[in-house]
Amino acid sequence: MITIENLTFRYGPRATPVFLGFSWHVAPGEAWSIIGPSGCGKTTLLMLIAGLRRATSGTIRVGNTIITRPRPETGLILQDFGLLPWATVWDNVALGLRVRRFYGPDGKHAPRGQPPPSRKEARRMVEEWLRRLNIYEQRDKFPGAISGGQRQRTAIARTLALQPDLLLMDEPFSSLDAPTREDLQNLILQLRAEIGLTSVIVTHAIEEAAILGRKILVLGQPPNTAPLVVENPGAGAPGYRSTVDFLDKCTELRTLMGLAH
Amino acid sequence: MGERLLNLGLALTIFAVCWTALAAALRRDIMPYPWQVLPVFVSEMRGDLWDHTVASTARVLKAIVFATLIATPVGLGLGQIRALNRVFSPLIGLVHPIPKIVFLPVILVIMGVGETSKVFLIALILFFQILVVVRDEAASLRPELIQSVRSLGAGRRALFRFVYLPASLPAVLTALRVSVGTAIAVLFIAEQYSTRQGLGYYIVTLTWQRLRYEKMYAGILAMSLLGLVLYLIVDALERVVGRWRQAGES
Repeated sequence: MITIENLTFRYGPRATPVFLGFSWHVAPGEAWSIIGPSGCGKTTLLMLIAGLRRATSGTIRVGNTIITRPRPETGLILQDFGLLPWATVWDNVALGLRVRRFYGPDGKHAPRGQPPPSRKEARRMVEEWLRRLNIYEQRDKFPGAISGGQRQRTAIARTLALQPDLLLMDEPFSSLDAPTREDLQNLILQLRAEIGLTSVIVTHAIEEAAILGRKILVLGQPPNTAPLVVENPGAGAPGYRSTVDFLDKCTELRTLMGLAH
Repeated sequence: MGERLLNLGLALTIFAVCWTALAAALRRDIMPYPWQVLPVFVSEMRGDLWDHTVASTARVLKAIVFATLIATPVGLGLGQIRALNRVFSPLIGLVHPIPKIVFLPVILVIMGVGETSKVFLIALILFFQILVVVRDEAASLRPELIQSVRSLGAGRRALFRFVYLPASLPAVLTALRVSVGTAIAVLFIAEQYSTRQGLGYYIVTLTWQRLRYEKMYAGILAMSLLGLVLYLIVDALERVVGRWRQAGES
């Protein structure tokens, strides 16, 4: 799904490269977490895969596309939900579908060969996702008038309404309180099991990385030259967060991040 | 809405009472009573005054359209491209506080004494007001918002349609609401020169200089109503477009 070859990225010609000759592979259907201390480049890596930043050198391939711009089949969810403050929950969820209708299936902004949904069909999809994420009652409210958890549900609905094959998430739950966070983590696990999409989640929370990632990429202080991968096959199983395996995995990650410092 | 109408009615009543009191205190021709002016206003509006009002309204509306069409994209550009803003912000800061009316002689010489110079002068005032508010609004659009909309597939055109346009619309209305009064004041002065059309000409040349005070007040009333109606329209639009602000910032 994602193939990164020989990636080098730096923020300025004289800056220390964040990635130097870095290669990494994500197979279809895998669930990854990326973790590391702040400044390690985890968000940068996600933005590069999303096509919102350009690599200094090397190639990033997602599906069959070499990434030079956002790829229409990739969904992205940010920490700071990125909702339009002047649009209702309904209009925010419908935004991606409207953008698709705006361009038509040009292959650049919307998937080629797949005609954008008609107005009626789009309405049905928006309603379906609002109900599925339990925010249908909030549909006429503005983002400023709903809770943080509901805002993030809105952002998730907006992204999933476009039926992505790859879901990228950048610290999606870090500004939420603990019960809401756990609730949304379970929602992601459930949706992932239902839809079967590939996912990459960036987080600074060790527990979150272990709950959501069946494979965990640990980044250290730049430059990152080779991926350090922790296998975590138990993630996603019901009740995993209260098992001994889970606690062991967290300890292992903590140690690794200590070493990475 | 009912409450707003009630407030407007109350304001009009207080206004009429003050007017009457002032007229009673002064007891001079230059300050007639409201009931002397209102019949003149109605009969004049059926005749020439209506044409003058239409001429003035057309000038203000042209200036609003012209200023909005130019200031909005420039403001969006300055707000989103930091390098541009760094270069032009000091310049705007310098020119913005200058009362644009002082440029009237220059504009008259360069653009001629006709219609263009009058509309241009009003548009100039609105231009800077809109520019500054739209620029600040565009600068407050967070990069995360732009990035997440881009990740939904939006390119430049869709960003304009779905983000920049809806973000700048309330800014334009705010700018118009605060500056429409100034624009009409300047219109009054601009209509003193080489025109036989417009409320400024009607009030000064046709009535005041001929000591027709009731008619003069009919003109003043028409100009006040022009300002009031424009303000109310802009204010109402602003309420509709800015509904989300009352729901709290996100």
